[in-house]
Amino acid sequence: MTLDTTDADGAADPGTDVAGAGDLELRSLTKRFGDYAAVNSLDLTVPAGAFFALLGPSGCGKTTTLRMVAGLEVPSDGEVLLGGVDITWAKPYKRPVNTVFQSYALFPHLTIHENVAFGLRRQGRSDVNGPVGDMLSLVELEDFAGRKPAQLSGGQQQRVALARALINEPKVLLLDEPLGALDLKLRRQMQLELKRIQLGVGVTFVHVTHDQEEAMTMADTIAVMNAGVIEQMGSPNELYENPRTTFVANFLGQSNLVDADISGRDGDDVVVDAQGAKVRIPADRVQVNDGKVWLGVRPEKVFLASTGEPHTGNSLGTARIVDVSFVGVSTQYLVRMGWGQELMAFEQNTGARPIMRSADEVEVRFNGAHAFVLDHAQDARAGVDED
Amino acid sequence: MVRLGRWVSDHVVAGVGLLVLIYLFVPMFVVIAMSFNDPASRAAYTLDGFTVRNWTNPCEPEGLCSSLVTSLQVGILATVGATVLGTLMAFALVRHRFRGRGTANVVIFLPMASPEVVLGASLLALFVSTAGGGVLGFGTILIAHIMFCLSFVVVTVRARLQGMDTSLEQAAMDLYATESQAFWKVTFPLVFPGILSAALLAFALSFDDFIVTNFNSGQTVTFPMYVWGVAQRDIPMQINVIGTAMFLVAVLLVVVSEVLRVRRERVR
Amino acid sequence: MSGPAASTATSTETSTTTPRKRRSIGWLLLLPGALWLAAFFVTPLVQLVATSLYDPNGSVEAGYAMTWSWGNYTEALDFYSEPFIRGFVYAGIATVLCLLIGYPLAYAIVFKAGRWKNLMLVLVIAPFFTSFLVRTLAWKLILADNGFVVSTFKTLGLVDDDGRLLATGFAVVAGLTYNFLPFMVLPLYASLERLDHRLIEAAGDLYASPAQGFRKVTLPLSMPGVVAGTLLTFIPSAGDFINSQLLGDTNQTMIGNSIQTLFEAGSYPAASALSVTLMALIIVMVAIYIRRAGTEELL
Repeated sequence: MTLDTTDADGAADPGTDVAGAGDLELRSLTKRFGDYAAVNSLDLTVPAGAFFALLGPSGCGKTTTLRMVAGLEVPSDGEVLLGGVDITWAKPYKRPVNTVFQSYALFPHLTIHENVAFGLRRQGRSDVNGPVGDMLSLVELEDFAGRKPAQLSGGQQQRVALARALINEPKVLLLDEPLGALDLKLRRQMQLELKRIQLGVGVTFVHVTHDQEEAMTMADTIAVMNAGVIEQMGSPNELYENPRTTFVANFLGQSNLVDADISGRDGDDVVVDAQGAKVRIPADRVQVNDGKVWLGVRPEKVFLASTGEPHTGNSLGTARIVDVSFVGVSTQYLVRMGWGQELMAFEQNTGARPIMRSADEVEVRFNGAHAFVLDHAQDARAGVDED
Repeated sequence: MVRLGRWVSDHVVAGVGLLVLIYLFVPMFVVIAMSFNDPASRAAYTLDGFTVRNWTNPCEPEGLCSSLVTSLQVGILATVGATVLGTLMAFALVRHRFRGRGTANVVIFLPMASPEVVLGASLLALFVSTAGGGVLGFGTILIAHIMFCLSFVVVTVRARLQGMDTSLEQAAMDLYATESQAFWKVTFPLVFPGILSAALLAFALSFDDFIVTNFNSGQTVTFPMYVWGVAQRDIPMQINVIGTAMFLVAVLLVVVSEVLRVRRERVR
Repeated sequence: MSGPAASTATSTETSTTTPRKRRSIGWLLLLPGALWLAAFFVTPLVQLVATSLYDPNGSVEAGYAMTWSWGNYTEALDFYSEPFIRGFVYAGIATVLCLLIGYPLAYAIVFKAGRWKNLMLVLVIAPFFTSFLVRTLAWKLILADNGFVVSTFKTLGLVDDDGRLLATGFAVVAGLTYNFLPFMVLPLYASLERLDHRLIEAAGDLYASPAQGFRKVTLPLSMPGVVAGTLLTFIPSAGDFINSQLLGDTNQTMIGNSIQTLFEAGSYPAASALSVTLMALIIVMVAIYIRRAGTEELL
């Protein structure tokens, strides 16, 4: 699955003047509206060919960042470089960057064919029929070329928006919440479709979304943004398994955060005192060296053992089950610890163990290599319930 | 019984609406009938006999057709003037932020909130005090018509522009359209229906205006001025021919545009 | 859209052009039309006020002198208070009638017409392509002494045997009502059209009778249309003189007639004083009305 390259003669390609690797680089990029910094001194490098997601809650500055890359917003400070070339001040139509807009922004007065051909025509290409046909077949809309956007379903419009941007063979494709308007089932389907197309064309995709599941499904690299800055960047796996801030721990999936203190070091492990229980966490999963901390464990990493069951690893002590929710693939427990805090524990319904009942007494255990230790100065509820 | 009551209550509003619509059309039927009227005497404005003579000789009454031509000329020029000025203003108000926008909005709203007699009288006061009564004529009618059509054009085009998603222009620029290409390929085609309906409204307002024109026309006679003049004496049946013809042209325009729209949507 | 901050951002600054440049372009686009309105709307109003204070003994030919003759106002109001009051009363009655018959029509078009909606809308506007004056003359014929309407009214005993409809207040108000009805129907239509039909169903679901549903939900939500419609009807009818002239006689003179007659007679200062008073009264009434109706955002 590749883009039609037979007539890419270069003359019409807006990107030919950009030499070298196509990395997208943002250097201390800042956008202020009045006193409010929507994007605050952002540094970021997106390697060429990556599927990159900017993930964050509403108002975190991710869309503003995207618009500065597209040239639709002028930065207050900082630079945007593409393949080493400074494009900070270039007009939108002078950049080899195309956008799939949030509400698609298809031209309602033009047919699908003319919508897709729009960019090529503006670049002076007259032989648009071949590329448009190829592009429409890539998104499986060959039969709709003569229709107007209003006659298409949401999912079809979304694919037209994608085709309209991709046909220009941009160095970077920007997607602004491209699936936000679709229903859940279609969204799942389009996530896979987008991933397939990205792998096929090899263009750098920068995808803005507030949906953590969407970001994790599609992107190779995710940058989690909050309040104008990047909290943490990495592969979906890294971010989920080893979050470095409470915001990331809560915004991506769910986390149990327990009030704890660092009590010392033992070889490669850090010993943490969590409400009286001594637990050992590998040093690379600990963000602070001493003092008060949050000990974090994902609910599915929590193991509820019958009291007295022999074990190795860490224990947080005994607890009583206060709520049991059966959700099919798993059972979700809420347990009350001795110090009053309620923790979540998810257990796969493998059938190997019986489902426990409310008021049962259990011992709460976890593997130190699956836990993480965060700075206590951060808000334990940051990123909870945001989207 | 219950079922009947429900039927009545469901349809009573529709029935009243239909009656009101018929009321709106009563004078229209009279105008059409009178256009075929063969009056017993020149002085009588009553329905007597049937003739098609009024239709075959529409220009027979002296001055009628020349007044019609004057009205069409004023209408077209005023429409062009008001549409150009008003469209520019609408773009300024919707797409640009500047000091004095609030004042501009009020000044644009006020002519629509002024009784026509005040608009006409104040213009007359200005013309007479600055240049004397001799300036009154085609030019002063045109000035007045552009003035009172302007606000309606601004309001109509502004509504259309406000409803337009600015991300469309951004998408055009993202797809390598320069500012002017984005305007001519995207913005203008999308705003055009609004500009067109504003122009039609302006023409209708200008063509039918009597009160403002009456103050500022001098010796020039527009069609409404002509009707006003003959209404005081004996009324030629041909004014009903013109009235009916205008009605038919307007209805035809609406029907044609509707058919075109439906066909355009049905194509493919 | 990603949140309140970003959305204000996109709506206030959507272009890459610098704000300063955009501001000057805005001025440039506004300028021609603004100059036209300044020259031919604002200046004339100033001139009208000035003329209303001129020496009433001047003439168009000899010229007028500015004597700050406030007496023009007291004299005009003394002499023309009757047509003034009549003009406002007739316009008020016509506006109320327009609302009473225009609302059902607008409601029927929006909620009952189904696929005939567009056709009905066209039918509302269609008669108005025929000249205002020609249609008013048709009314003159309909209400004529030997016409069908008068004889029916006589049979029903609504009119005395030697009574007539023409040259009565009834005829003038009927003409005003007819001529300005579409100015009421169209804004009402627009605001009802925007109304979410499910709200009315929700009211019914919550035990509101149709009448209560209308009073508590439909009517309040269509208030912008009611306000716009009443203004668009009242203002032009208050200044109208065509209906009074063609359908009434000297006993039905409205203020518009007085202004027009005075101007034709060349009594510019008195005519101007009347015009300024009319304009001022209308502005005051509109301001009070809009404040009462709580729809300032309409402007």
